[in-house]
Amino acid sequence: MANTDEHDGDRRDFLYYATGAAGAVATGAAVWPLVNQMNPSADVLALASIRVNVADIEPGTQVTVLWQGKPVFIRRRTEDEIASAREADAEVATLQDPIARNNNFGEDNAEPATDANRALDETGEWLVMLGVCTHLGCVPLGDGAGDFGGWFCPCHGSHYDTAGRIRRGPANENLLVPIAKFDGDELVIGKED
Amino acid sequence: MGGIPHDHYEPKSNFTKGMEKRLPVIGLLYDTLMIPTPKNLNWMWIWGIVLTFCLALQIITGIVLVMHYVPHEDMAFASVEHIMRNVNGGHMIRYFHMNGASLFFIAVYLHIFRGLYYGSYKAPREITWIIGMLIYLLMMGTAFMGYVLPWGQMSFHGTAVITGLFGAIPFIGESLQIWLLGTPNGAVGNPALNRFFSLHYLLPFVIAGLVIVHIWAFHTTGNNNPTGVEVRRTSKAEAEKDTLPFWPYFVIKDLFALALILVVFMAVVGFMPNYLGHPDNYVEANPLATPSHIVPEWYFLPFYAILRAFTADVWVVQIANFLTAGIIDAKFFGVLAMFGAIAVMALAPWLDTSSVRSGRYRPQFKIAFWLLVADFIFLMWLGAMPAEEPYASLSLVGSTYWFAYFLVILPVLGITEKPTAEPTTIEEDFKAHYGKSSGSSATPAE
Repeated sequence: MANTDEHDGDRRDFLYYATGAAGAVATGAAVWPLVNQMNPSADVLALASIRVNVADIEPGTQVTVLWQGKPVFIRRRTEDEIASAREADAEVATLQDPIARNNNFGEDNAEPATDANRALDETGEWLVMLGVCTHLGCVPLGDGAGDFGGWFCPCHGSHYDTAGRIRRGPANENLLVPIAKFDGDELVIGKED
Repeated sequence: MGGIPHDHYEPKSNFTKGMEKRLPVIGLLYDTLMIPTPKNLNWMWIWGIVLTFCLALQIITGIVLVMHYVPHEDMAFASVEHIMRNVNGGHMIRYFHMNGASLFFIAVYLHIFRGLYYGSYKAPREITWIIGMLIYLLMMGTAFMGYVLPWGQMSFHGTAVITGLFGAIPFIGESLQIWLLGTPNGAVGNPALNRFFSLHYLLPFVIAGLVIVHIWAFHTTGNNNPTGVEVRRTSKAEAEKDTLPFWPYFVIKDLFALALILVVFMAVVGFMPNYLGHPDNYVEANPLATPSHIVPEWYFLPFYAILRAFTADVWVVQIANFLTAGIIDAKFFGVLAMFGAIAVMALAPWLDTSSVRSGRYRPQFKIAFWLLVADFIFLMWLGAMPAEEPYASLSLVGSTYWFAYFLVILPVLGITEKPTAEPTTIEEDFKAHYGKSSGSSATPAE
């Protein structure tokens, strides 16, 4: 033991590294469950879809429902609202967010943010979106709020148009369109198994 | 402790001698309490005691409140009302805890600005400063999570906004937000309430640990003082001309100041306990509706204003967006600016190039400093205003000065400015201010 520097790569070095490596792995294995416990639990993940009866919703009104802990705006738009949204389709490429953000096209959709790509039906009467501002998650005010006649987030001043597209303010994405479809008078939000 | 020569504890009785050999805790307390302290400290050196008091107040009232509080989304709001209406003296304890947070932040801001003015952050006290900044960050985290617990409208939607900040981080943001909130789509709900409750209970004890390290650090370097001139350390006799022991001189002074502050505090708690709060938080959390005007507590407002100032139409944001190919967008830029505003403050020891420590002898620095104080109050006002013009543009002006002070003014002034003459010793300064009575122990610092 007089001069350990001369021993390189001997059995003792191997034991040091092996012990150190085993200790690091064991620490990681012990820490991971403590981190992972904070991820969504099984019961929370199980709440997949809801059904809403939309027969009584009049044009020009909006119903807000809670889906997976978040508000969903179901708006039956007036002719004026649809026209105003389709007018802006001409400049879709230069919008603040030119992507449709419609999960019915898949999670990583890249379709252009035209009104037809965001509305639920062909006539464009129904618009279903998460009522969560894409800036920092406040619930935007509806019924023609904001400078573009759609929604306005009071927290930090994001203006959305009548198709729920971000037009001005700090938010960077259009309001997200969740997976949704009609089943008779009922609207199904989320993926049904 | 420390580099200032002074008398150490000498055990006299057999018991204390034996104790000192086995566990030198009496000696530790004695040296901590009897530390030589510059005798010219002014009234801005009282905030440390006030802050220590606040930490103790918050921990004690907090532990008591937990005996009645239920951290569940269906019961949290009702349990707070139960504390307010049914628990014996519960309303008073809760009002102490609520307003205690405000007193805590008033004291910490005065403490921080004291440090900025008198150059307390400069060598050799950088570690004290950095630990102080860590304590401040933990205070903000603790206060934020505590505000979630009553589960009112502001609690709920404030949580959505603040956790949304983490969602703005490129690449990992979304998973981070899901992990923080414990819901698959980043909704605020029971998992968030539970974990914030757990951490709100834990963090004050981490703060208490850091407070001990903070005190340890400045007891090692010695206190700064209004002149910024160091205590003479070549001999004990010389050091004694510049200092007085912390006990009893400064303890009594600090306790007197604390008593005066508590008079005001008690008046607020007793007569206007909700003055600094928001009525919206007495409405139970409703995920379907955000209050029309959502604002954080007053102590977050300056940084909230900075967060909101950087929108997509600001040219620095557009440049950052272009240079990083969209990775840094307006949302992430705002988050970076908000945390950056605190980071530049933490870096003050390395950004300030002046060899003169105290602002008292820096005529131009004084102007810049008071502008910073005004800017802080200005930003606080802007943070409470709605997100529209002219407040957005004014916030940008305020934010610009905040960064300019730390990133431009501090480095440049140290080189260009001509400071006025500092006193050579603390004793000299003391005599100039408090008469010619030689500063014996009969006439301690005011």
